[in-house]
Amino acid sequence: MEISPIVEIAGLNHWFGQAAARKQALFDINLTLARGSFTVLMGPSGSGKTTLLTLTGCLRAVQEGSLRLIDQELKDANEAQLVLMRRKLGFIFQAHNLHESLTAGQNVMMGAQVHPGVEADLATRAARHLLGLVGMADRVDYLPANLSGGQKQRVAVARALVGGPALLLADEPTAALDKDSASDVIDLVRRLGHKRGMTTLLVTHDNRILDRADRILTLEDGRIVADEVRASV
Amino acid sequence: MKRLLQRLLGRLPIGWLQLTHNLMRFAAALVGVAFADVLVFVQLGIMTSMGTATLRPYSFFDAGVMISAADANGLTDGGNVARQWLLQAMADPDVIDGMGLFIANAPWDRGDTDISLTTFGVDPARPGFIAPDIAGDLSLLEVQDAALLDRLARGLGREAAAAIRPQSPLSFETQGRTLTAYSTFAGGGGFGGDGYMIVSDQTFLALFPARSSAAPDHILLRLRPGADVMVVVARLHRLISDPALRIRSYADAAQEELTYQKTKRPTGIIFGFGVLIGVLVGLVIVYQVLSTDVADHLREYATFKAMGFGQRFFIGIVLEEALILGILGFLPGFAVGATILAAMGKMTTLPLALTPFMAITVFLGTVVFSALSGAIATRRLAAADPADLF
Repeated sequence: MEISPIVEIAGLNHWFGQAAARKQALFDINLTLARGSFTVLMGPSGSGKTTLLTLTGCLRAVQEGSLRLIDQELKDANEAQLVLMRRKLGFIFQAHNLHESLTAGQNVMMGAQVHPGVEADLATRAARHLLGLVGMADRVDYLPANLSGGQKQRVAVARALVGGPALLLADEPTAALDKDSASDVIDLVRRLGHKRGMTTLLVTHDNRILDRADRILTLEDGRIVADEVRASV
Repeated sequence: MKRLLQRLLGRLPIGWLQLTHNLMRFAAALVGVAFADVLVFVQLGIMTSMGTATLRPYSFFDAGVMISAADANGLTDGGNVARQWLLQAMADPDVIDGMGLFIANAPWDRGDTDISLTTFGVDPARPGFIAPDIAGDLSLLEVQDAALLDRLARGLGREAAAAIRPQSPLSFETQGRTLTAYSTFAGGGGFGGDGYMIVSDQTFLALFPARSSAAPDHILLRLRPGADVMVVVARLHRLISDPALRIRSYADAAQEELTYQKTKRPTGIIFGFGVLIGVLVGLVIVYQVLSTDVADHLREYATFKAMGFGQRFFIGIVLEEALILGILGFLPGFAVGATILAAMGKMTTLPLALTPFMAITVFLGTVVFSALSGAIATRRLAAADPADLF
């Protein structure tokens, strides 16, 4: 039985602004991402990487073309449908964006509690388990202010993964990290992704990550100009 | 607290965690809410006290109907009523008795203090018009220049008042005459006077020679048991040929004066505005705290939005914070408000007290204005756009 791709994009165009100020950011994007793949999206600033990521992450409305995510068409989806779809995704941001008032454990719990019906006990156990997987078991009760940059990003990774997302979207997750921390975080994402059958789409300028990618997409001026498949998934 | 909220909310109490993360700001916010509550408590206390003080003299008497001059908005306010209307009212089959009630202020120079007593002139032969706890002493007033004194009058002194008995009366001068108080009753200082005094109508007319026995301030009527007061009032309107007179049930007259004092007199309006200002101060403080908190956490909220939390979740956090501020801010506000009212009551002898009704009203009001502030503050959540995180 053929497994359908997790992301299917066809003829996707996107604009910003209105009337005379309207500017096209994406041009006729056609793309599929296989389940469990680790794809790196590269390109210069302003090439449309973030726009593509936010559209795929249901954070913007699809204007023209088709974007199917986990077998659901996002074109014409309403806000409630987009919110529900986002619960099936994991996000890692350039800045960790941890909640300053919540401990590492509580931040990760939020990733589990976004799913209705998840009891606090279960969410707590899941958060502790994930923090253990990212090597933060002894920092569960620490506030973000008391963690290093690398540790915060590890907590952010745990938060993104705790809900068991089908697709992980990461935007420059290593930009604020030193070489060793960056390598640890990417290895972690890749290892957990493969273990859980999770697809990863990662935007980066960091060349150190490229040798870990299954596939490298390059975007320029809103168009995919290169698509290099390095490993079959 | 955290566990209790987690159990109540079924999720992490993010509002509580956010508020307590910055304890200084949290404390300042609670002080702000408490301050607003104290403002409301004090103003409400004064308003309630005004109501109690307004209705108190009505409790000295017992009547079914009161006839007053057209411009009489209260017991001590307005012109006189011709006694002839008393005789005409007696023609009604349900009116069994009538009495003219005289009212004036009598100054009493007590050496170190001057006090003003609201003095009622009544017919000592008609105890049925007097409240039962005072009526027993009414016969004492048949002696010329005899008086019943308010033992709670401001400036009288509790010990001096307690010593007043028929066997050990207190004589004092007022209006150029020497009165003798043979007994006391419970009144208390109000906004218009320091206390009350009841004398016979004859003594009253001797004290105030400019007043005429033919023109009391009000006419009180007692009705046959079982008579419908409103029916009698309607009949009296037809029977009495002066259409300008105010003919009301005694209970309505009291309520109308209360409404008049609260809504038409400057004091009532000022204290009413005081309550409103207290509520507005509370609204602004809670709104300011919450909107600042929302603004400070926009990035975190945007992250939660990206993760798939819906609008209800965010509104829940803001309302959680609003209710925490409202409820926890109420407690010190209640304590300080009660203390201030008790101290003010002691200093002024006004019936100032924080009643359970006031406490419940202010608590519910605090919760409502906090929730309202929170609801307004949630508008800022719209600025948390998860697409901006990338």
